[in-house]
Amino acid sequence: MSMHNIGIIIILNILVTAGLADELPDLGVPVDAETLAAIDFTVLPNGDGLPDGSGTAAGGAAIYQLHCLACHGEGGIGSVNDSLVGGHDSLATQRPQKTVGSYWPYATTIFDYVRRAMPLQAPGALSNDEIYAVTAYLLFLNGIVGEDKEINSRTLPLVEMPNRDGFVWVY
Amino acid sequence: MSEFDKFPAAGNGLLDRRIFLRGSLVGGTSLLTARAVATTRESWMRSPGAPMDEIGEPSPHEAHVKRTNVRSTTGTTGTGVSFTPHEHLDGIITPSRLHFERHHSGIPDIDPDAHRLIIYGLVERPLSFSLDTLSRYPMISRINFLECSGNSGSCLAPDPIQAPLSFYHGLVAGSEWGGVPLSALLDEVGVKPEAKWIVADGADSPVMNRSVPLDKAFDDAIIALYQNGERLRPSNGYPMRLFLPGWEGNMSVKWLRTIKVVDQPAMSKDETSKYSDLQPDGSSQLFTFPMGVKSLIRSPSHGMSLDEPGVYQISGIAWSGHGGVRRVEVSADGGKTWADAALDDTVLSKNLTCFRSAWRWDGSPSTIMSRATDDKGHVQPTRDSIIADRSVGNFYHYNGIQAWRVGKQGEVTHVYA
Repeated sequence: MSMHNIGIIIILNILVTAGLADELPDLGVPVDAETLAAIDFTVLPNGDGLPDGSGTAAGGAAIYQLHCLACHGEGGIGSVNDSLVGGHDSLATQRPQKTVGSYWPYATTIFDYVRRAMPLQAPGALSNDEIYAVTAYLLFLNGIVGEDKEINSRTLPLVEMPNRDGFVWVY
Repeated sequence: MSEFDKFPAAGNGLLDRRIFLRGSLVGGTSLLTARAVATTRESWMRSPGAPMDEIGEPSPHEAHVKRTNVRSTTGTTGTGVSFTPHEHLDGIITPSRLHFERHHSGIPDIDPDAHRLIIYGLVERPLSFSLDTLSRYPMISRINFLECSGNSGSCLAPDPIQAPLSFYHGLVAGSEWGGVPLSALLDEVGVKPEAKWIVADGADSPVMNRSVPLDKAFDDAIIALYQNGERLRPSNGYPMRLFLPGWEGNMSVKWLRTIKVVDQPAMSKDETSKYSDLQPDGSSQLFTFPMGVKSLIRSPSHGMSLDEPGVYQISGIAWSGHGGVRRVEVSADGGKTWADAALDDTVLSKNLTCFRSAWRWDGSPSTIMSRATDDKGHVQPTRDSIIADRSVGNFYHYNGIQAWRVGKQGEVTHVYA
């Protein structure tokens, strides 16, 4: 290939690249910070995305009775829906029980999931304080934190779940 | 001995796939016999038929072909599954109305004019896209399967379920998906160098979310607006869903509302406590995304009946989340001998592929099965080999060989073999 041809190809490439960029519709509308804060549900294991607020297991018990017990049973033992407590040391047995306490690797996921999805019939009904409190209650029921431990955006990511090291990334 | 039997391919009457190149299985006898009798008309030939209609509905005689096991979890409405009735289907495109469902709290009734997709996080410009604006972007369409990672998991049960195959293999379907490549939108928002993952949220009431590696998002992910040529149906994400070819269905988030670009996965409920694969030692594999190579004989299958000894078509589908299907073998003697099935012309990467074999059933009890190999060299494993190194607590990503037993009376049942 001559230098002349290479030159033409480079010029063509520049034209094509520039042309594509120009031809993209570019129709996205900028989003302000307030809107972003309102639509952002994402909570990361390092606590990024957790809102202000706090709660304890002592306060969470009443919220659990009201909103969670019907599906998840007394003390989180499970009913028509998943068990949330127990099953510790069961994962390598012939009867593995995957509960919040025995299986979930990150405590932040409890807050995140309750805020997104629970209670099933009225998601969004709980305040952040109530979600922190019910998170604390589930951690307490599993023997992971004390009844008076204050759970908030700073303390929740530091809670060490029993199965924290049980997951192997394969991607 | 008929002409077919000159082409034996494997034990117990399995015939060579080249028979399909030679024409119909009926072949031979001419139906065009001259008759010296008056012409006749069936009742439906004696007057004009029904007029045109705005929506073409299936024949009323096919009313039994519908999604099966439509069932919500106790105490909920819309949390559960419905299954694609593959026992009644042929071909690689699943009618949209029969595409399986898996919802986590029902189907939202979304106003398409009010709905927005917002892409934000580690980006230069957080942007919002309406359905109308997305419709102006260059689109692509692809034919891909979608399979729930829990599909077929009930084949791990101690005894084979005696029900039509959709009750255990009904969480897979094939569609043409059309929409905007996610890469174009990511280019527009400007992804920052530290970004590694995206987190996709749905607009359903539980705001279902999954983390997706950024390289998949740039590779072949699309924001799907169309399924089989029409706008998505509500049960498949109307007005827009994420679609990730070949990967476990849960990640193709329906009713897509936001995409946050991040530097780590969110470790959401559906990627840690669910859709992770427990191992016998108690550890779990996280992010087992592609669906493994798999095949399924749809006909004959459980509940069908072979009327009499003779030549039958064995047909089904094969697919792999790693790429295209290279080969499907069929056995009619319980896996002792195998012969290559014929593949239909349309073999596409990460899509259903139809396979067909001819089989002369001699009337004796027989076990038929199929085994797929993909173009990356993955071979569909046996059920026994899967169970040997699997925890009883893991029912995801089951792709074992499926067997059917044809009994003396021609009745077909589900067996493990």
